[in-house]
Amino acid sequence: MPTPRLKTTDIHKSFGATKALRGVSFEVMPGEVHALIGENGAGKSTLMKVLSGAHEQDSGTLELNGQPFHPGNPLNARQAGVAMIYQELNLAPDLTVEENILLGREPSRFGIIDRRQRRKQALHALDELEHHVPLDVPVNRLTIAEQQLVEIARALVFEPKVLIMDEPTSSLTQQDAKNLFRVIRQLKQRGVSVIYISHFLEECQQIADRYTVLRDGESVGSGEMKNARLDEIIHLMVGREIADIYPPHARQPGNVIFDIHELAGYEKPSDVTLELRQGEILGMAGLVGAGRTETLRAVFGLDRIRRGKVYYLKNNLTQRSPRGSWRNGLGMVSENRKEEGLMLDHSLADNLCLTRYRPFSSFGWINRRQQLAATIEVMTKLDVRAREASQSIGELSGGNQQKIAIGRLLHHDADILLLDEPTRGIDVGSKQQIYRIMNELAEQGKSVIFVSSYLPELLGVCDRIGVMCRGVLSGIRPVQDWTEHEIIAAATGQK
Amino acid sequence: MKISWRKHLNTLGPLVGLIFVVVIFATLLAWKDVMDGREFSGETGVSFFASIKDTDFYGLKAFLGGANAKIVLTQTVIVALGALGMTVVIISGGIDLSAGSVVALCSVVGAQLLNTSWASPWGVVLITVAAGGVVGLVNGGVVAGLRMMPFIVTLGMMTIARGAAKWLGGNQTVNFPDTPLLNLMALHKPDAFFPLPYGVWITAGLAVLTALLLRQTIFGRYVFAIGSNEATARLCGIRVQWMKVVVYALAGLYFGLAGLMQMARLAQGDPTVAIGLELDMIAAVVIGGASLNGGAGSVAGSMVGALIMTTLRSGSQLMGWPNYFQEIIIGTVIVLAVALDRLRHRAAK
Repeated sequence: MPTPRLKTTDIHKSFGATKALRGVSFEVMPGEVHALIGENGAGKSTLMKVLSGAHEQDSGTLELNGQPFHPGNPLNARQAGVAMIYQELNLAPDLTVEENILLGREPSRFGIIDRRQRRKQALHALDELEHHVPLDVPVNRLTIAEQQLVEIARALVFEPKVLIMDEPTSSLTQQDAKNLFRVIRQLKQRGVSVIYISHFLEECQQIADRYTVLRDGESVGSGEMKNARLDEIIHLMVGREIADIYPPHARQPGNVIFDIHELAGYEKPSDVTLELRQGEILGMAGLVGAGRTETLRAVFGLDRIRRGKVYYLKNNLTQRSPRGSWRNGLGMVSENRKEEGLMLDHSLADNLCLTRYRPFSSFGWINRRQQLAATIEVMTKLDVRAREASQSIGELSGGNQQKIAIGRLLHHDADILLLDEPTRGIDVGSKQQIYRIMNELAEQGKSVIFVSSYLPELLGVCDRIGVMCRGVLSGIRPVQDWTEHEIIAAATGQK
Repeated sequence: MKISWRKHLNTLGPLVGLIFVVVIFATLLAWKDVMDGREFSGETGVSFFASIKDTDFYGLKAFLGGANAKIVLTQTVIVALGALGMTVVIISGGIDLSAGSVVALCSVVGAQLLNTSWASPWGVVLITVAAGGVVGLVNGGVVAGLRMMPFIVTLGMMTIARGAAKWLGGNQTVNFPDTPLLNLMALHKPDAFFPLPYGVWITAGLAVLTALLLRQTIFGRYVFAIGSNEATARLCGIRVQWMKVVVYALAGLYFGLAGLMQMARLAQGDPTVAIGLELDMIAAVVIGGASLNGGAGSVAGSMVGALIMTTLRSGSQLMGWPNYFQEIIIGTVIVLAVALDRLRHRAAK
């Protein structure tokens, strides 16, 4: 058996108390396309960052061509022959294709760029891909697929032995994806090993020779792709049981009070129709980038709507501003707590009360004492651990911050709650409390749309679940009628 | 315990800076007095301590005396009023580079109005201040309506307002007949601290009002919110663009009032006055602990910042330093003050 090109043995990596990787072992052979498969949060990104030198593992070893491999930083990794192409492309948008391909490696003499040499090298890199992108065009004028080629060409300048691609087709059309596969096969023929990360199992089946499945930070299985059955792989991906951290519920949702009809935004979503009952938690499953966040944003008035309608109690709420949404009893928690959820340098009290100062103000004048008292009331209800209500919220843990972000909807007394990944990046204890809060709210007759990429919590908390795939919401069914396998199959576009 | 002490240090930071500046200049002036005294009496052979005893400390007394304090306060009025408006703008995450030009423009507007027969002193005040507000309204309207960078918009307005001032003034200073408005900045009884000019009281009163506006009202909280995190503010239903219009218009009113004070101080409208004054205002706000990223800042800090700027000037003049040296010192102090502030914040984290 030949020496593997890249081999990882029992890699562990923790961030604080969170164990991101708990023993990952896999090998990639020369000239092999190796699919790395796993759910959101399974540890794929962390593993890739370890391989490409952005993070250092806590324990475990990396070997490149049989030699120990300690990249230390991304530049070293690249020079050693391990290059990474991220899902979000990293190009300088205003520079030309040629400049981007050789960015940071410009051939030069005494600090003056040797343009002829640069052109030669850039052409050479693109020739290897057998694609012709005009060299003198700024990359922001190219299509996403072309930009991706530029990025690949840039990696090829380093003559990589291992090329890691993170979700390369997520923003490509079918035709572009086919072209990409051709490029990958060419690389493979030249002996480059490709690690291919994707949610789309069918794609992996088309392009990969072998696969490794990650689950909860562990490698749980690998094998030859051509012998594998998709349902077996899905079983490996899921493979766990719903723990009893979800509160038992026996609610009877009431009448339909909130209604989204054929909603479409300018990029995403393309077609969303749903009916939400009073006292119901409706889950929205799907892959990252399927358009779930965009749906909530469009409903709330943060993004513009192309067509479709939103009704609440027969009132047309289509195309309100966020302000209008709050006034009509909607509330939203953004998936991005730091950038769109909270003012980290401000107090708990101001973060909590930002949408509704009225109960303790008259003629625009705020009564501080009453505001703090109201804040402490919500803090007690949600079990927020903080020193004082006037403490700045950035000092709290992620879980406590998130409780305040949700507390804002409680303080506002919103009736329709749009929660986008409300449990992302917080500890299990806080998650459990957030499930409890959601459950209580539903029992009080509030209605919740719950977007999550973590299937067990959707299955544990929701009354009904719909799945979004490439901008379309379909198949809303009672939670009892779903299994994790079916949700994954629906989210990855399989029948 | 330790944490609450730090919190107080943060609010007191600029004040400590002001005391520091005063102490440094007092020491420098005392030293200079002693050395001048020795030179004057030719006692170069006598011990240093002996000559301290004989010194009159004329310069030190002048610096710390009530009369100088009154001059410093009066000189601070224009920068301080501008800094009030600038504080609101900077906390909201913006900047206004047109402030100096607006001061000049409004000083000319006021002067021209005084030359007409129909405007009463109160009318002059109202129209002049409103003129500043209109300029601010345009700034805010363009920033919000076209989603443009405030830096660019107000940079353009800086030149436009300056040009408008020259046009209105016929490209020269505008004199006007005697008016009660001159009392705004006049130093009656120049040897004593009291009475202070009306301008000082007006500024102090507006500072208190602005502080209350920012700290105690919903409007103030919204200003902080859009400066701290505009996306969050929008999500929470704050009309971010509308707020920006109001913020720039409000700042314009302050700049207009500063222009009126400028006119009263010079007893003429001068279209070429206050060049670069916006930078003094910004420096005062930043020395006062505000962040140019928005979301942080205080009126008290900005007022102390403005006092630091004037005290530096006053002290340098009494030291007999040439103008260019003053400028170098002031520039250095601005950078040092903000550097210290950043260090303090990093230490607090």
